[in-house]
Amino acid sequence: MDNMVASNNTLTAYDKGPGRITAGPSGRKPRRRLSRRNIIVYGTLIVVALYYLLPLYVMIMTSLKGMPEIRVGNIFAPPLEITFEPWVKAWAEACTGLNCDGLSRGFWNSVRITIPSTIISIAVASVNGYALANWRFKGAELFFTILIVGAFIPYQVMIYPIVIVLREMGVYGTLTGLVIVHTIFGMPILTLLFRNYFAGLPEELFKAARVDGAGFWTIYFKIMLPMSLPIFVVAMILQVTGIWNDFLFGVVFTRPEYYPMTVQLNNIVNSVQGVKEYNVNMAATILTGAVPLVVYFVSGRLFVRGIAAGAVKG
Amino acid sequence: MTALTRGSARPNQWLRNLNAKIASIPMILTALVIFLGGTIWTVVYSFTNSKLLPRLSFVGLDQYERLWAAPRWIVSIQNLAVYGFFSLIFSLVIGFVLAALMDQKIRFENTFRTIMLYPFALSFIVTGLVWQWLLNPQFGVQSIMRSLGWTSFSFDPLYDADIVIYGILIAALWQGTGLVMCLMLAGLRGIDEDIWKAARVDGIPMWKTYVLIIIPMMRGVFITTLVIIASGIVKVYDLVVAQTSGGPGIASEVPAKYVYDYMFLAQNLGQGFAASTMMLITVAIIIVPWAYLEFGGGRKRG
Repeated sequence: MDNMVASNNTLTAYDKGPGRITAGPSGRKPRRRLSRRNIIVYGTLIVVALYYLLPLYVMIMTSLKGMPEIRVGNIFAPPLEITFEPWVKAWAEACTGLNCDGLSRGFWNSVRITIPSTIISIAVASVNGYALANWRFKGAELFFTILIVGAFIPYQVMIYPIVIVLREMGVYGTLTGLVIVHTIFGMPILTLLFRNYFAGLPEELFKAARVDGAGFWTIYFKIMLPMSLPIFVVAMILQVTGIWNDFLFGVVFTRPEYYPMTVQLNNIVNSVQGVKEYNVNMAATILTGAVPLVVYFVSGRLFVRGIAAGAVKG
Repeated sequence: MTALTRGSARPNQWLRNLNAKIASIPMILTALVIFLGGTIWTVVYSFTNSKLLPRLSFVGLDQYERLWAAPRWIVSIQNLAVYGFFSLIFSLVIGFVLAALMDQKIRFENTFRTIMLYPFALSFIVTGLVWQWLLNPQFGVQSIMRSLGWTSFSFDPLYDADIVIYGILIAALWQGTGLVMCLMLAGLRGIDEDIWKAARVDGIPMWKTYVLIIIPMMRGVFITTLVIIASGIVKVYDLVVAQTSGGPGIASEVPAKYVYDYMFLAQNLGQGFAASTMMLITVAIIIVPWAYLEFGGGRKRG
């Protein structure tokens, strides 16, 4: 696990990268602009960038075409006649089984899953991380080790026991049950994230507060919480995208009326009945990908920090 | 009287750090009940003949014998092996080459990184559906190439049982290489500038510096990335469900899908447990040597 931590640190160092460059020698670059080396480097990068952008481009173009145009045209061509009908249809009319109220239901389900799951998982994990960093008790490290090792266990191994536990609690199939599951599986990575962050804060602060008679919760709310807003934002990015993109837990732990957006999207697109409406499918796909994409483009560098830490989740 | 004062001066061992212990209850429960207990439970029940409901009637290794005799499981394992092998090689090579290019003090680095990493923000479901569309034989890449005049061009992975797993591989690489690039780039940025200067003074060509000096120095980053990619490979599930649903036939089945289908669709829990235990063993084979090298190898803790 040290390695994960290390890679996280180097990433922080790399965040400061541009600063390092500007601090170096200034003035005009001696090298010619169009050297062979530059052509190779930029040429490759541009080709690669186009490859990465291609699917997004095709998705958007397809979603703006009518079905007749799709049948005759090629997928890379921009639409001759732009129509937003596929979007409307994907949002409000697309069918899964007998239900024909579109992706909107899945969207609101995902919202109702993502918000409480994000808040609860972060609250639980930050307190855990704080206890592990500042209030070590006997056995704490052992539980933490089990937790981290558990992050590598395939979910399939633990799914059925969780079904039983949730059924005993009477929340199997409900949104509450799914929120609990997300809290459980978010715990390893988030606890690690918070533990490392709190352990990196100056210890004098904690000691001074102790001398002044502050207890566990006072120190957490009055000192730790206000000092660690950046890491809370990183954790939030990690959880919002992770939970929004989840498919397996949604399909296992909820009833069809609570299916999150990803599950509903898959059911719409891969349903065998009816004529395939590729434009509606692509509009629905973009709608499902929109939330994490917005989070990604808005958060920028913080997202990179988040996934570097969250990559453990696999 | 004295005993009492001493008692109040030095409180009960269990009550020390009481708040921290209460706050850690969710973590302790998760670690012990779900992660440890759940895993043991599944392994134990994989030796029973549970069907619709879990029952404790042991049948020894029956489930495992049936598992390894099932064509669908064999196909799943073969797919996982092919997918895993190429996924590891290509992610590491592509990721490293891209990171090396990005490390040439280029302009627009942020733009390039944003573009390469955005697929990682998308779910596997979205990724699978987009590539299902791009690889559609009637409208996608194949038809474009043919309409450009190359009429014999044939690239139809999603409907050709022999190469379907490569179709999934393409989608997976599109989604995941950006992350590998970022991890590698962070590793490259962690390398001391002086090493580059020394190599340049000695007149060593750039590619040789990378192969002989930089890559060996980045051993840690490579291993971490390897573990991350590998544990992701074993879990691959949503991508297959979205892109091919395991088809054509059973040609693109993977172990994670086998587990889900047997547990929740075929109502043959014993098979599901046995298959998931095999997944656990696979992960253990990857993780244990790494953990041993990393934590127990005698370098740090003797």
